[in-house]
Amino acid sequence: MAKIATREAYGKALMECVRTNPNIVVLDADLSGSTKSGSVKKVNPDIFFNMGIAEGNMMSVAAGLAASGKIAFASSFAMFAAGRAYEQIRNSIAYPALNVKICASHAGISVGEDGASHQCIEDIALMRVIPNMRVLQPADAVEAEQMIPEVVKMEGPVYVRMSRLATEQVHDENYKFVPGKVDVIHEGKDILIFASGLEVNEAKLACDELRKEGIDPTLVNVHTIKPLDEEGVVELAKKHKHIITVEEHSVIGGLGSAIAECLIKNYPTSVTMMGVQDTFAESGKPNELFKKYELDSTAIIKKVQEVYGNDKVER
Amino acid sequence: MYTKEELMQHATNIRKNIIKMVTNAKSGHPGGSLSSADILTTLYFNVMDIHSDNVNSLDRDRFVLSKGHASPLLYAVLKEKGLLEEDLLSFRMIDSNLQGHPNMNYVAGVDMSTGSLGQGISAAVGMAIANKLDKNDHRIYALMGDGESQEGQVWEAAMAAAHYKLDNLCAVLDYNELQIDGSVHDVMDPAPLDEKFQAFGWHVIEIDGHNYDEIANAFEEAKNVKGKPTLIFAHTIKGKGVSFMENNANWHGVAPTPEQCEAALKELGGE
Repeated sequence: MAKIATREAYGKALMECVRTNPNIVVLDADLSGSTKSGSVKKVNPDIFFNMGIAEGNMMSVAAGLAASGKIAFASSFAMFAAGRAYEQIRNSIAYPALNVKICASHAGISVGEDGASHQCIEDIALMRVIPNMRVLQPADAVEAEQMIPEVVKMEGPVYVRMSRLATEQVHDENYKFVPGKVDVIHEGKDILIFASGLEVNEAKLACDELRKEGIDPTLVNVHTIKPLDEEGVVELAKKHKHIITVEEHSVIGGLGSAIAECLIKNYPTSVTMMGVQDTFAESGKPNELFKKYELDSTAIIKKVQEVYGNDKVER
Repeated sequence: MYTKEELMQHATNIRKNIIKMVTNAKSGHPGGSLSSADILTTLYFNVMDIHSDNVNSLDRDRFVLSKGHASPLLYAVLKEKGLLEEDLLSFRMIDSNLQGHPNMNYVAGVDMSTGSLGQGISAAVGMAIANKLDKNDHRIYALMGDGESQEGQVWEAAMAAAHYKLDNLCAVLDYNELQIDGSVHDVMDPAPLDEKFQAFGWHVIEIDGHNYDEIANAFEEAKNVKGKPTLIFAHTIKGKGVSFMENNANWHGVAPTPEQCEAALKELGGE
């Protein structure tokens, strides 16, 4: 299948949603061509509102629209949605539990050349900690396209984290997105990998290589980071001795933290967290950044060998 | 329509309740609640179409208290209007619906949760856009503080309201010239606010915010403005109605003692 970015799928899916649901309004802050929210203008230009480069206002305006019964989609880059407008999201949207869907693109370091000022590696942490907020992240375009209509159906605030980079599809056309449940991509036995977003594809590539050398990992795509499918996570954890989390986000507060919080309550075990190691990244090509910040398939292979290999030595 | 005398009586009752609520809670914001009392009384009794049959509906005029700390005023107005079941003295108490800053999900008649300054006016912009989309004639009202205009978001909202020609939006700016740290002119001078809103594309009406004729005329004028939002720039007195609170920034967010409460109520006309 062709490489497609999750933001492309968002634009496509949102067009379909707007076509069938007259209650949807769409806002953007001067990035509608990049986030792809502007695609809805082709369906109905009257429900699209460009709010200019003023993300704080956009979020509170979205809250006002939702307070009037609309389903408000608000898009920007993750940095300016979750970061710049954090407090508006917290107070205008989440506190009154309003029906605003914050669909942020350009999350993580795969933004690439724009550099650290635009590479949001904190948004999962920021959004996850807000009461009433759901946090979703599609692994590929196939999943994003199915996720958006489900987001429309969800009551209350939702944060959807998407990427700039066009990537290989993890899922084929037979995939069925199930809201709230972890997506087991391959059930192995030797080690359990929880991944989210673009890291699902990197982990999948890593697993393909690892199987060749006799290590058979279980790969799980966590598309819904909050509320986490605790039952699914614990059930999988019980079947494995080793657990690794991989995310294109800071290792503080993101997917790894969510999995660790779940396990420490329900099934205490050790978790190895891969992600951005509490540092700002830099400009570069996405693949170069994934390599340097140890988020590519090679780094995952190495980490699995290390964790799994150490265990062999212990025995 | 209520007569001026009737409105003034309601406003006096509202002011007394503000004093009682804040005193009982031993916290809250009396100064800016009292300064906006005449404006909000006129709005709820003679301007907005809100009554017990439509209070839970979106199909009516709506109001956003962008200066959310004036919650005692909003609760007291809703009570005076017969729309609020809660005991006003539960204000700021544990398990009460009357939160320190208003929550729209707890109280019918509170149309937006506010408290963090600058956000309410943006939400009002969103509501006005929604009314335009729905092609209804309902109006959106908002009350802002003058200190609040130091928040950059107010100007983002002002720009958006003019850009989308929201003539169904009418904001009132309670220009009492005091904020918690002192005079707005000393803290971070926002003046000239009338000219700034004009420059942002708003129709601006300057009034004495304690003169009932001027308040009523301004709301009426705003209804007839086409193609742009209206700002009612209301000169007010912080703490209005209680002499020892008037024009004193110290009464921004401090509760009266029981003795001061008694003196205030006496000045407002007994109990």
